[in-house]
Amino acid sequence: MATKRFNPLPGFRLTMGLTIFYLSIIVLIPIGGMFLRAFHMSWHDFWHMATSTRALAAYRLTFGSSLIAALINVIFGTLLAWVLVRYQFPFKRFFDALVDFPFALPTAVAGLTLASLFATNGWLGHYFARTDASGRLEPITLYLPWFGVVIALTFIGMPFVVRTLQPVLENFEREVEEAAATLGASRMRTFFSVVFPTLLPAIITGFALAFARAIGEYGSVIFVAGNIPYKSEIAPLLIVIQLDEINYAGAIAIAIVLLVVSFTLLITINMLERWVSNYEN
Amino acid sequence: MAGYVTKRPDATSKSQRGTEESPFVKWLLISLAGIFLLVFLLLPLINVFAQAFAKGWQVYISTLKDPESISAIKLTLLVAAITVPINTAFGVCAAWAIAKFEFRGKSLLITLIDLPFAVSPVVAGLIYVILFGLQGYFGEWLDDHNIKIIFAVPGIVLATLFVTFPFVARELIPVMQATGREQEEAALTLGAGGWKTFWHVTLPSVKWGLLYGIILCNARAMGEFGAVSVVSGHIAGQTNTMPLQVEKLFNGYPSSAAFVVASLLALLALVTLGMKTLLEWRQEREFKRAQAAPTPSEFDTVFVAKERFE
Amino acid sequence: MSIELKNVGKKFGDGVAVNNVSFTVNEGELVALLGPSGGGKTTVLRMIAGLEVPTTGDIFIRGARVNDLSVQQRNIGFVFQNYALFKNMNVFKNIAFGLKIKKWKSKDIKERVAEMLKLFGLEGLERRYAHQLSGGQRQRVAIARALAPKPNVLLLDEPFGAVDAKIRQELREWLVTLHHELNVTTIFVTHDQEEAMEVSSRIVIFSRGNLEQIGKPREVYEEPANEFVARFIGVMNVLELEVFNGVASLQELQFPSHGVPDGQKVRIGFRPYAVQISSDLAAYKYKGILRRTYFLGVMLRLELELPSGLVLRARMSKEEYAQQGLHDGREVSFQIRRYRLLASEGETLRPEQVANYDVAPHLGEGI
Repeated sequence: MATKRFNPLPGFRLTMGLTIFYLSIIVLIPIGGMFLRAFHMSWHDFWHMATSTRALAAYRLTFGSSLIAALINVIFGTLLAWVLVRYQFPFKRFFDALVDFPFALPTAVAGLTLASLFATNGWLGHYFARTDASGRLEPITLYLPWFGVVIALTFIGMPFVVRTLQPVLENFEREVEEAAATLGASRMRTFFSVVFPTLLPAIITGFALAFARAIGEYGSVIFVAGNIPYKSEIAPLLIVIQLDEINYAGAIAIAIVLLVVSFTLLITINMLERWVSNYEN
Repeated sequence: MAGYVTKRPDATSKSQRGTEESPFVKWLLISLAGIFLLVFLLLPLINVFAQAFAKGWQVYISTLKDPESISAIKLTLLVAAITVPINTAFGVCAAWAIAKFEFRGKSLLITLIDLPFAVSPVVAGLIYVILFGLQGYFGEWLDDHNIKIIFAVPGIVLATLFVTFPFVARELIPVMQATGREQEEAALTLGAGGWKTFWHVTLPSVKWGLLYGIILCNARAMGEFGAVSVVSGHIAGQTNTMPLQVEKLFNGYPSSAAFVVASLLALLALVTLGMKTLLEWRQEREFKRAQAAPTPSEFDTVFVAKERFE
Repeated sequence: MSIELKNVGKKFGDGVAVNNVSFTVNEGELVALLGPSGGGKTTVLRMIAGLEVPTTGDIFIRGARVNDLSVQQRNIGFVFQNYALFKNMNVFKNIAFGLKIKKWKSKDIKERVAEMLKLFGLEGLERRYAHQLSGGQRQRVAIARALAPKPNVLLLDEPFGAVDAKIRQELREWLVTLHHELNVTTIFVTHDQEEAMEVSSRIVIFSRGNLEQIGKPREVYEEPANEFVARFIGVMNVLELEVFNGVASLQELQFPSHGVPDGQKVRIGFRPYAVQISSDLAAYKYKGILRRTYFLGVMLRLELELPSGLVLRARMSKEEYAQQGLHDGREVSFQIRRYRLLASEGETLRPEQVANYDVAPHLGEGI
């Protein structure tokens, strides 16, 4: 870290002070409050509430579907980034802007429209609907509980992989590909030997970002999921339900589990980014 | 997403062989990407408007005129009007401190600013309930003094502040770091004070990043659902923002009314995207203009004697 | 002959990058493609490699027309300006890459890579990655990688561009030695005329897509084909004058130019070394004042100002300068021993016009 050097620019105390003050009242104190409350619980109670069967089912759904959604986003996100950076085609500008759509759209609207699309009479839903035992039409979101959740999480996570990869691809030294070609490598060989390994760190970062986003997602999911406990109830929903039942302790327990996972992910992402920038230089 | 607006202008295309995919592969990939985007993005978007107008223009207007809808719209606008300026001010302060100065704990501070991205919106609401809810730390005290935070507008504002505060800062920090300190230091040597330097030197150099951060912050402030849902209490006509109203209408009947309100939010998203594209385009244009400035000829080391009529 | 270009041209959209270029490179030669930025030399190199496709013309490598051959099939070695090392592979894997593609046996690969490491002084660095190497090391890896698969031809794009001046000198010498040992046909692109002169056996000079001249370094220096080449190679005094009575003159200077009609404007060029200066004001015909002296090591660069205001560049050894007792501000006499008529870009003069005019080095009378 740089030794203390005189800095002639003014305003450090003021801006730093305001920043810390604001962060304290908006972030640190509230979060601290939650952890404080958690410490009032005995370890045994905490553990009991954090790992109840219902909670475990919720984790399985949340982490499992987030994982699947993030993987789908890695595949299509890489494809999208490649196509957007390397090729020219009509309306490219439009499609590029469209990638940010899930990022800009309120999650409730996303959930709403996806739910309606896959309902029994929805544009996509009626292809997937099926009649159940009593002859009633049920939408795919009902007979495949994870389906809706994965779709919603894929939707909201999509920009992350694309936007993380795009700058890396844009700055990619084309000459490295040319060098491989001069040494006799076919296009496919070049991609797998030279291009892809360089993209891998960015892909992993994008994956982690999409995954982190997905595990906390609430708004878009509750419209499409059945929200049935033990079957199609995501962890954030469980937290809300605990709050409604004034079971603060239960809500906090699950919240802390989610926080621990997210923080770990965030730290991993930061470490990855730092490792990559060292590698580049 | 840090440095979102800093997209590089398109590299000049070269015709190459053996170093590019065959046209067939190219178009295959483009089609696959196109289908994915169409199904996953375009379709949901169009669906919102299709459903909103399914019952015709009249029903659309009357749903909007419904007093509950109107109060939801008003509340959303109010929350945005409060939170966006506050978080912009915070973003500027934080970016200034981080980008222009060296100090210990800087990366910790930056991580702290990224915090809301690691926290589920529901948890964001939860922490305020724990502080100010009836069973919360200050619950009794607030109740005694008849101050309502949870299940009232202040709570919504707080929760929204939490989830939206990183946006402006994250856009500004890389941009301010990229411009370095020299311009400001130059201004100081010319006698400008702190505020003047900031207004006339720093701000113009970061205007694109700042504008973009504000737009993102606003989009999120108006669209936030999870955090607000937890603190608001869903009191129709009083503490329902537009996203919450959408949920309420969805669970009610006819559920198509939800789409009407949703269409406004979708419109907001489109406007946000449109402005982002506009900003990027303007920034690219500025960049290109700077590049096109004529460069002096390279190698003229030898002179040509000219006749002099002295 | 190893490489032949016939009427090769390249257009990018509306712009012409290369215009009707033809030349040959012989087996085992070390040739420089020289010219200012944007002159087309890199494009020509890339077309030989197959990284660009000529719009017109044909390229032959060892007698076979290669226009339709892809890069992968041409068996050339290419070294990029910024080295383009594979950052995700260590030095060994980088050098071995071309061999793996050619499906060499593992044992043979190891042997060949070891050979290359030794040749390029990279032993002990096999396991390192690009970011752990110095600039010079990276470059040697790039060249080793290109040469490992035993290509027909070695192509280098501004190989010494990214390096410090001092190291550049060493690398030049090293390249010449390497070429001598390996005897691979080598073509390299550079914008540094000193480099081209020092390293190559022949120089091909480009400007704005046109081939201006091709020849040995000495030819190109002593007998530049046109004004562009004259100015680009070394330093040259260039004057624009009008011919009258068979003599091109400007103020006090006179240059007899045979065969040029009256009234025509011509350009005359003469090298700094051709300006003979003497402190004895009676020695030569013209007079001038020594305006400034620049110290270049062994030689001195002199600026000579004429009464009319014209400033010429001259050159002299330290010893002679001291012997003549010269200093800034001193009035001197001088003559111009050798000069040339210069064709403008794209223009051609008749052979007899383009010859060097030499002046008998005796004192007294006019030129």
